[in-house]
Amino acid sequence: MRFWIAVIPLVLFAALAGVFLMNIGKDTSVVPSALLDKPAPDFQLPPLPGRDRGLSRADISKGEVSVLNVFASWCIPCRAEHPLIKRLSREADVPVYGLNYKEKDPQDGVNWLDELGDPYTAVGMDLSGRTGIDFGVYGVPETFIIDGSGQIRYKHVGPVTNEILEEVLLPKIAELKG
Amino acid sequence: MIRRNCSLFAAFVILLGLHAAPAFAVNPDEMLADPKLEERARDISQELRCLVCQNQSIDDSDADLARDLRILVRERLVAGDSNEEVIDYIVERYGDYVLLNPPLKPETYILWISPAVLAFLALIAVIAFYRRKQREDGAGPKSLSAQEQKRLDEILGTSQDRS
Repeated sequence: MRFWIAVIPLVLFAALAGVFLMNIGKDTSVVPSALLDKPAPDFQLPPLPGRDRGLSRADISKGEVSVLNVFASWCIPCRAEHPLIKRLSREADVPVYGLNYKEKDPQDGVNWLDELGDPYTAVGMDLSGRTGIDFGVYGVPETFIIDGSGQIRYKHVGPVTNEILEEVLLPKIAELKG
Repeated sequence: MIRRNCSLFAAFVILLGLHAAPAFAVNPDEMLADPKLEERARDISQELRCLVCQNQSIDDSDADLARDLRILVRERLVAGDSNEEVIDYIVERYGDYVLLNPPLKPETYILWISPAVLAFLALIAVIAFYRRKQREDGAGPKSLSAQEQKRLDEILGTSQDRS
């Protein structure tokens, strides 16, 4: 009995310490997507002003792997990750679609792309943010990898960095392309 | 006069504080005309986590997304959804994490059951402690040995025949 009284707290402490140790360095503000491995929601978004092509669910379920990047001109980290989205679209060899999230003025998104360059195959304009909500977006920028059947296979929240691009996104895309 | 101003100011500050307590992020233009629906919307909003500022409900939060979700909740209610349907709608998109009260399901059994288990273990420990204590008390102090009794008698100066 005395032996157990001495040992049990030690064991509990070790277990708890183990749990905490595993969580060190984990970003607790990142919420796992509820849509992972589920079909992307249905949506139909109009094009940016002066463009012909909008974006709809049909685009991301055409039988090829694609990337959907949620961005906004008012979002500073989006500006930071933009060169990497360009790189992604050059190197991944898959269509990269843009979801222009909640601009105050429809023209803002166009101006932003004119200034920084447009890496997107097509861009849909989500002024109300409703499609964003359907995708479970809570902090732009967000980047989704979608397989050929239109299932969401990976979601990155926050700006894409060199490290994320090279070690996570590109390998994941390559893996899905098979 | 200055004193009076001060106390007036203090009263004003206190009033402000009292006023701030029930203030929420919900803007008047978001509210529904039907008070019953609005009340249900408020109840639902208080259960949903704002994912931008994660320890606030969407009812409390000033974040843009929280506002969008509040409006969405109201739209679903107007469309005739029940409270559960509205909550399910949001959970489908954002996962269980949006619920400020985690649901009872296999993944969360440990969370819900461990307090009861711990309380039970504590109860057992307390009972064991008192049992042991009682046993020791029941035994009582041992009576004096013959030698000790003799020494005590000597000290007190009493003989065997004390009354």
